[in-house]
Amino acid sequence: MKQVAISGWGNFPKSDSQINRFGLSLDNSESFIPQGNLRSYGDSALAKNVVSMKQHDCFLGFDENTGILHCQSGVLLADIINHFSPRGWFPLIVPGTKFITVGGAIASDVHGKNHHHQGAFSESVIDFTLLNAENEKLRCSKDENSEWFKSTCGGMGLTGIILDARIQLQKIHSRHIKQKTIKTQNIDETFEQFEKYHNAPYSVAWLDCMAKGSHLGRSIITIGEHAHDGELRPKASLKLNLPFFFPSFLLNSLTLKIMNTFLYRKVLSKESEQLISYDKFFFPLDGIYNWNRGYGKNGFIQYQFVLPIEKSLEGMKAILEKIASSGEGSFLTVLKRFGKQNNNMLSFPKEGYTLAIDFKNTKKVRKLLNELDELVLKYDGRFYLAKDSRVTKEIFESGYEKIELFRKFRKDHQLDGKFSSLQSQRLSL
Amino acid sequence: MATILLISANSDIAKACARCYAENGFDLVLTSRNLEETKTLAQDIQTRYQRQAESLFLDVQDLNSHKPFLDELVSRNQIAGCISFTGYLGDQTISQQDTQELIKITESNYLGVANLLEVIAAYFEARKEGFIVALTSVAGDRGRRSNYHYGAAKAALTAFLSGLRNRLAEHNVNVLTVKPGFMNTRMTSELDLPPLLTAQPDEVALAIYKAQQKQRHVIYVKGIWFFIMLIIKHIPESIFKKTNL
Repeated sequence: MKQVAISGWGNFPKSDSQINRFGLSLDNSESFIPQGNLRSYGDSALAKNVVSMKQHDCFLGFDENTGILHCQSGVLLADIINHFSPRGWFPLIVPGTKFITVGGAIASDVHGKNHHHQGAFSESVIDFTLLNAENEKLRCSKDENSEWFKSTCGGMGLTGIILDARIQLQKIHSRHIKQKTIKTQNIDETFEQFEKYHNAPYSVAWLDCMAKGSHLGRSIITIGEHAHDGELRPKASLKLNLPFFFPSFLLNSLTLKIMNTFLYRKVLSKESEQLISYDKFFFPLDGIYNWNRGYGKNGFIQYQFVLPIEKSLEGMKAILEKIASSGEGSFLTVLKRFGKQNNNMLSFPKEGYTLAIDFKNTKKVRKLLNELDELVLKYDGRFYLAKDSRVTKEIFESGYEKIELFRKFRKDHQLDGKFSSLQSQRLSL
Repeated sequence: MATILLISANSDIAKACARCYAENGFDLVLTSRNLEETKTLAQDIQTRYQRQAESLFLDVQDLNSHKPFLDELVSRNQIAGCISFTGYLGDQTISQQDTQELIKITESNYLGVANLLEVIAAYFEARKEGFIVALTSVAGDRGRRSNYHYGAAKAALTAFLSGLRNRLAEHNVNVLTVKPGFMNTRMTSELDLPPLLTAQPDEVALAIYKAQQKQRHVIYVKGIWFFIMLIIKHIPESIFKKTNL
């Protein structure tokens, strides 16, 4: 069967893979990884053998009274939003792109701008059906087969194939988000504002990663809540596309500094309020198809970690100083305050602050990232598997207290021989 | 709202087509031999578009079941149009030696579809309205060594549709013949197809919907196939017989 070169959203690393469609015959002797829409950034959905769930995309039912949607795992959040937001329903938790499958959202236990209140995606999952290594179909929820639930949410497809799920949607009354924008001078003020607006349903900050000294960590914080104006039908918006890979030299320390300064200065007032569409609020980058080509053919690395709350400020300062003085980075740097961590074995979020920053993939950057890894470790941080393509086993392990539990679970249920990805091999998951 | 009957609705193309028609306000009746798949698709249509959709068992190869099936259906639900997705590629190397495989290819691609569409045609003819769409294949335009049993059955279906169109024209019933060319579906997932010549299911569905609404007669889904087949049909036999297409 044919092999195709595939890569995650970061275009790095690449893998020659055989893509099998779910439901068609599969050589039982070989291990594989289930794959959704391949929007994880690194190597978590890459393997020699892949089972694609993209065509497994039927809605199975919706209860208007409870807002519970039953669907197959290949359904995209974009499908849910397209068909249910005009009817007044919206996913409880959405990450920065809507082009991910429900199965992928569970496997990465993705988080959104409301993590500090609603938690990660698994909090919106009533239950799901998992096909495990013994071809058993297990109904999993927090109460039923709960160990399977805890290992599968955040388990990166390494416990089986998620077939379908029931997820909770929230009632909305508008296609708009009431947004407030706050401009801060430095990281101290950024943290202060996050804590001050802790009650806001949604919050996130864009951060100028090139600013140094007294401006270190200056940010534009946006907080938001669903509006109540009753307009539900979304308006068609202009979609842009990057039709080819940009030459990567366009991103250098000078252009980065100019762009970051521009993005910061563009917001004029200290505080302002806007009414914007949910698409613009939640998924600004989805408006540009293939934006990942902007980093050139060698791809990019999205570096995302979280630091525990008590060490967040000190740790972020140290890390941002290192990044700003390196001259590397991008104009997509995002800071977010997380709420409490859940009980899943490998879910990423924990109480504290998370930083996500894009770097184009160069030798110099990889050296810098190795140094940053040490800092993250020093401040007891952890890395996000859905973004990762490079950390070492030792560094990864030190952030996850339940890693051995996960490994043991995989062994006990013969999952380790059946489900594996380039990432699980790299990190011995 | 008008109801469309989709025959053999357990393919990727049928799924895309079902969604396309439901999105445009039609209710659906989905038939297949694999009720589990059509049942799931019916749930999808109900949930996604809030349209009526039901799933019914129908074996296209079971010729005697066609009339009772339609009688029962139209006794409770008026049908505005019918789309047949029935197709079975089969295995040419097997069917060259195995009569059963040859019968299966001929029955599922031609005989079964023709018999069923005759039953439906009679219903539309009596009502003086309705439409029939059937998927045939570019493989029926000229027989090639790699799949001429399939091609021959599809050629028969193409000729049948042409005659049916001729017969029903005066009864206000249009017949649309669809020749998709390469498609990216479950049936072809093992093949390495050239992307420029290969249609995605959504593309096929939209092409069918538009052509049917405009009452067109014969379409190739990707226009380029018209030219490819024009050339292939006109290669002299003395040369063609030596090719390996």
